[in-house]
Amino acid sequence: MGATVLLKQFESILGAPLDWQSRPEPERAPTGIAELDSATGGLPRGCLTEIVGPASSGRTSLLLSLLAAATARQEVCVLVDAEDAFSPHSAADAGVQLARLLWVRCGHSAEHALKAADLLIQGGGFGLVVMDLGDTAPHTARRISLASWFRLRRAVEHTPTLLVSLAKQSNAKTCASLVIECGRHTATWSGARSVSRLLRTVEVRAQSTDRRKPCSPVFTARAI
Amino acid sequence: MFACLHGTGNLTGLAMEFSPTVEATAHDTVTFDVSGLDRIFGLPLDVAVAAAIARRARECGVKANLALAGNPDAAICAARGFSGVSLIPHGDEGKFLARLPLTLLSPTPQLLETLERWGIRRFHEMAALPPLGIAERLGGEGLRLRELARGEGDRKLLPLADALHFEDAIELDYPVELLEPLAFLLARLINGLAMRLATRGLATDELRLRLKLETGGTHERCLRLPVPSLDAKAFLKLMQLDLEAHSPAGPIVHLWMGVNPVKPQAAQSGLFVPVAPEPVKLELTLARIQAFVGEGRVGTPELLDTHRPDAFRILPWGRPVAALQRQAPSTRLALRLFRPRRAARVAIAGSQPSFVMADGVRGKVLELAGPWRTSGDWWTPDPWHRDEWDIALSDGALYRIYCEPAGWFVEGSYD
Repeated sequence: MGATVLLKQFESILGAPLDWQSRPEPERAPTGIAELDSATGGLPRGCLTEIVGPASSGRTSLLLSLLAAATARQEVCVLVDAEDAFSPHSAADAGVQLARLLWVRCGHSAEHALKAADLLIQGGGFGLVVMDLGDTAPHTARRISLASWFRLRRAVEHTPTLLVSLAKQSNAKTCASLVIECGRHTATWSGARSVSRLLRTVEVRAQSTDRRKPCSPVFTARAI
Repeated sequence: MFACLHGTGNLTGLAMEFSPTVEATAHDTVTFDVSGLDRIFGLPLDVAVAAAIARRARECGVKANLALAGNPDAAICAARGFSGVSLIPHGDEGKFLARLPLTLLSPTPQLLETLERWGIRRFHEMAALPPLGIAERLGGEGLRLRELARGEGDRKLLPLADALHFEDAIELDYPVELLEPLAFLLARLINGLAMRLATRGLATDELRLRLKLETGGTHERCLRLPVPSLDAKAFLKLMQLDLEAHSPAGPIVHLWMGVNPVKPQAAQSGLFVPVAPEPVKLELTLARIQAFVGEGRVGTPELLDTHRPDAFRILPWGRPVAALQRQAPSTRLALRLFRPRRAARVAIAGSQPSFVMADGVRGKVLELAGPWRTSGDWWTPDPWHRDEWDIALSDGALYRIYCEPAGWFVEGSYD
């Protein structure tokens, strides 16, 4: 009873009801894809974002665009590559400044990837830390405990670091502030078969599971 | 008070034992500042210091004349002109040097000839000449000679640049087999060197370790840091991690460590400059990661100047990377590579792939583009050529496959 009276007194002094629950909105960093940025406002800093989807769903294209945008802002980025699937040539084509990218090749070990990401995040100072579990078998990725994801999320909290995990399905559950689910919408081929046929573009639907702002923008990834 | 040694032997080494300010005046002459040595050798300064230098010269086998005077030029003239030990009382330099020949001052041949004609051959004769008349007839050089002849020279020494060697060694009574006790010895070396660097206001960007083994061989390691640092704890941890990855082949009987002295890096970051990891801390983190992912698997990728597919190398973090900046006008479709490449079994229909089967990849070809023939390095012992296809399989994914003399392979998937 006393607490309620005190609360009312505080609110009368402040002139507005006290809001104990809401947190300040995290700063957002653009992904470099206009359609996605306009729909989601970018990825939240100091939070864990998951990019999920099956093979050829456009999630790596989104990731490279994110890396290109971050390196263009002169931020130091880390790619912890669990399955050694990163292509430096593909990244350079996407506009990633390789000199600002630290690549950790974990040689098909999700455990090493988790350990390396933890060490790097605890060190701090990075603009973007990516844990690429894109080719890791789903049952292996699921074995990463929620406590580990929570530890990673806590390490980047209140820092300007973007922590991104790329996988086939969502693993971090409630530890992820944002989950972007990618899916291939269409693939465009041009030219006559067996003469001059080319893979031109892939349209990707990126469905954001942000509770406040659910959206599913479509962006185009050009093959040539 | 200045001392001058003129003779033969390791004059510089002897002078360095008494003073950090040593001038190599000539190949057979060194001059050094002995002010303040009375605190070590006692008073009177000139007598005590001269005795100490003469005693040490005898021990070192140096044969030289020694002179002590209030200014370096008087000491040099006395050491060159008088044999043995000369102590010039302060204020009596002119009187002491009076009988010395002018040739000791090394005047130019023209000036010496002029003075000879005038009958001026000794210091006291030169000192007696009027300065105005010398200035009119002989110019500045004549005035300088007069000043030296009067023992009134007053100049600063040009000290030798001290060759800084930061090295230390430990000889062991018993060989060390394990890395843990070795860490204590390394800590001793590193802390000592870091202290010596700190007293000079220096840091280091390279640590060299040489271990002599009981078997007779040596084990050498070199650690390079991206930025100069003085963090002894970080050095020790880096060295430990490096030795864990590259263990010596036998028990260790002798340790030698040297560091490269450099000026510490001083940089002020701006308010609007993006944050970056602290270099030494990051180096330590990367060494820890390398310990479990393997050497050469952490760093910055650098593309190689070749058309060979997937040609790159990994450079250690912090090293300059050849910039190959490509501007992407829009989002590019990324390729995820399979490393190692996956050998495939491909069914051909009408000279085109119709069914592909590899580890984790299996499906009927729904769409395809190709073949794209590429080749290169035919002028080297390691040429390559291949035919590539972009395919859409019935498993829902897009792949790049290729055919080369060794067979069919799936290179990766578009994602």
